[in-house]
Amino acid sequence: MIVVVASGKGGTGKTTVAASLARIWDGPVQAVDLDVEEPDLHLFLKPDLTGRETAVMPVPKVDESKCTACGACAELCQFKAISVLAGHLLVFPDMCHGCGGCLAVCPEGALTETGRELGEILSGTAGGVDFLMGRLRIGEAMSPPLMHEVYKRLNRKKDVVIDAPPGTSCPAMTAVSGADVILLVSEPTPFGYHDLKLAREAFQPLGKPMGLVINRAGLGDRSLYDYCRATNLPILLEIPFDRKVAEAYSHGLVISEARPEYADLFRRLCEQLRGLAAPVREAANA
Amino acid sequence: MLEITVISGKGGTGKTSLTGAFAQLAANHVICDLDVDAPDLHLLLDPAHERVEKFISGHEPLIDLEKCTDCGECERLCRYGAVKRNADGPFIDVIACESCKVCVHFCPAGAIEWNRRQCGEWYISRTRFGPMVHAQLFPGQENSGLLVTLLRNEARQLAEARGLDLILSDGSPGIGCPVISSLAGTDLAVIVTEPTPSGIHDMERVADLCAHFRVAAAVLVNKWDLNVEQTRAIETICQNKGLALVGRLPYDPVFTEAMVQRQVVTEYGRSPLAEEVRSTWARIMDIARLKQQAA
Amino acid sequence: MSKIAVSSQGPGLNDQVDPRFGRAAYFVIVDPETMTSEVVDNSAAKTMSGGAGIQAAETVVKAGAKVVLSGFIGPKAFQALRTVGVTMGQDVDGMTVREAVELFKAGKVSIAEQATKPGHWA
Repeated sequence: MIVVVASGKGGTGKTTVAASLARIWDGPVQAVDLDVEEPDLHLFLKPDLTGRETAVMPVPKVDESKCTACGACAELCQFKAISVLAGHLLVFPDMCHGCGGCLAVCPEGALTETGRELGEILSGTAGGVDFLMGRLRIGEAMSPPLMHEVYKRLNRKKDVVIDAPPGTSCPAMTAVSGADVILLVSEPTPFGYHDLKLAREAFQPLGKPMGLVINRAGLGDRSLYDYCRATNLPILLEIPFDRKVAEAYSHGLVISEARPEYADLFRRLCEQLRGLAAPVREAANA
Repeated sequence: MLEITVISGKGGTGKTSLTGAFAQLAANHVICDLDVDAPDLHLLLDPAHERVEKFISGHEPLIDLEKCTDCGECERLCRYGAVKRNADGPFIDVIACESCKVCVHFCPAGAIEWNRRQCGEWYISRTRFGPMVHAQLFPGQENSGLLVTLLRNEARQLAEARGLDLILSDGSPGIGCPVISSLAGTDLAVIVTEPTPSGIHDMERVADLCAHFRVAAAVLVNKWDLNVEQTRAIETICQNKGLALVGRLPYDPVFTEAMVQRQVVTEYGRSPLAEEVRSTWARIMDIARLKQQAA
Repeated sequence: MSKIAVSSQGPGLNDQVDPRFGRAAYFVIVDPETMTSEVVDNSAAKTMSGGAGIQAAETVVKAGAKVVLSGFIGPKAFQALRTVGVTMGQDVDGMTVREAVELFKAGKVSIAEQATKPGHWA
């Protein structure tokens, strides 16, 4: 089962929920940080990182002896990664989206693939929990290619808890695309409620079961609760607003460590997630 | 004209609430919400739209089933898994699609259209604190920074037209394309952080981004008294990187209470927090003016 | 003397130089000997989410320019133009297209050895 922990807005407690879940999980589990721009799951799970790879994206390379500067590649490329100027072929690897179009269209077979560095993929273990994360190279503008590389390295023999990037644009959508169940995290303030609605609407077309964790319950107002009732979004867990939890978080502790009574709540969350994901997975296996 | 952009590597540090308060404290300014993916500033500022425009960027493919022979070539070539099937036949999942045009180009039946794509909407509005330029990107769209750039250009034009001399922007979170577009050419980036492991870690990444693109940056620590040790660590980092520390705001529920009432903390009665926000803003303006004079 | 492309905010010799190369509104292509000009629209580049500099470089090269005058030229446009041997004059803004060309003819424009600014998406 793949659980993706997401939120419309950053700072709702998504990472701390993902970390707590991974800690108490009832069985073999892999914790994955797909927030490759700002990964922070490792700050809470504190894994022993033993594996490191550089992730690359295929970008074109030209064999000058075969190139006739016909310009077919430049004409097709939507990203200006390959350009023909006054008979010279120029490649701009940073612009490339790895679509393979230029390679396919070249009549002379003058293009082959080489790699552009996206960032790194780190792996290890954190007390019995497998750990995997991606970290985007500074100056690299695209997250999804690195995220896809991390997705390829998921251990599908285990359950997977994924910490997604916040928001609803490209990177967040890429993260939730592989989920069996999406666990949304929000807070009952106007910003939290507004962004949760955005996230729910954005993810709806994917047709995946969704549940909600309300963090900092007790702050804010009832709008989020009313919305959940009105739209049948199950509230699976409420974590009360608690300065002690905030302080513990500032020391890098996960919630289940800050307040041991929460460990049981998270175990229940784990069961409920299995329940939500079950019909989908049965259908997929049928 | 001065441009100040408030950013944070990590979400939830209070960036938007603080930008809202600065919008109240500033004078002669245009407010700009560059967080086009998940804009929130409008929840505090309650903008009244004066202008609504479509944001059209790029193209997207569309399979014309009348011409399609179901040969499967598009599915075979697509590297993003964007060609899917339903009861009617193949279709393009526009959320997965990267708009590379490979399917359009190689379709033997010429059955795939290439249409302009509306990615979102943008607005020019008025608020109780001044004019505001903002937008909403539709879900799953590539947040390429083009909409951010458009908003900044509109803000500049508006400021020039109305004789205003400051653009105050709520920047995009993270370190990717939209943040880069938020920062390029800005006079001062104010990085909002919090004394937590994620807060520090992400602040360093965004400070490095500012350095990489040669943008002057200053740091503001929110909820500083949650963890005095971590706050000291942030101060040390600022010293080492030559970043000015413009404020330390205490952890105070009034911050959220104001938001629930749709107010900014500096208009929500008097509080030690509000006073500290005022002093912080004064420091920010001093630094920004100095940078501008030096340039 | 070869044709000069100047990034411009308007279509004519008396319009202001556009300080950005990649996202300039127009390019005014000037024959420096006769001081006649034609205008090339840069809208193809302006609306691109990325790669505007490269597109602009293609546009000016196709128009036959061997010299480019602009405020600042980003690293990709710079790389593109240098590869095909186009001379680049930078920091030429705050003046009209005509004034920029006259300055170049008088040998007073700084010729770029490297890109003015790091690339960005603005």
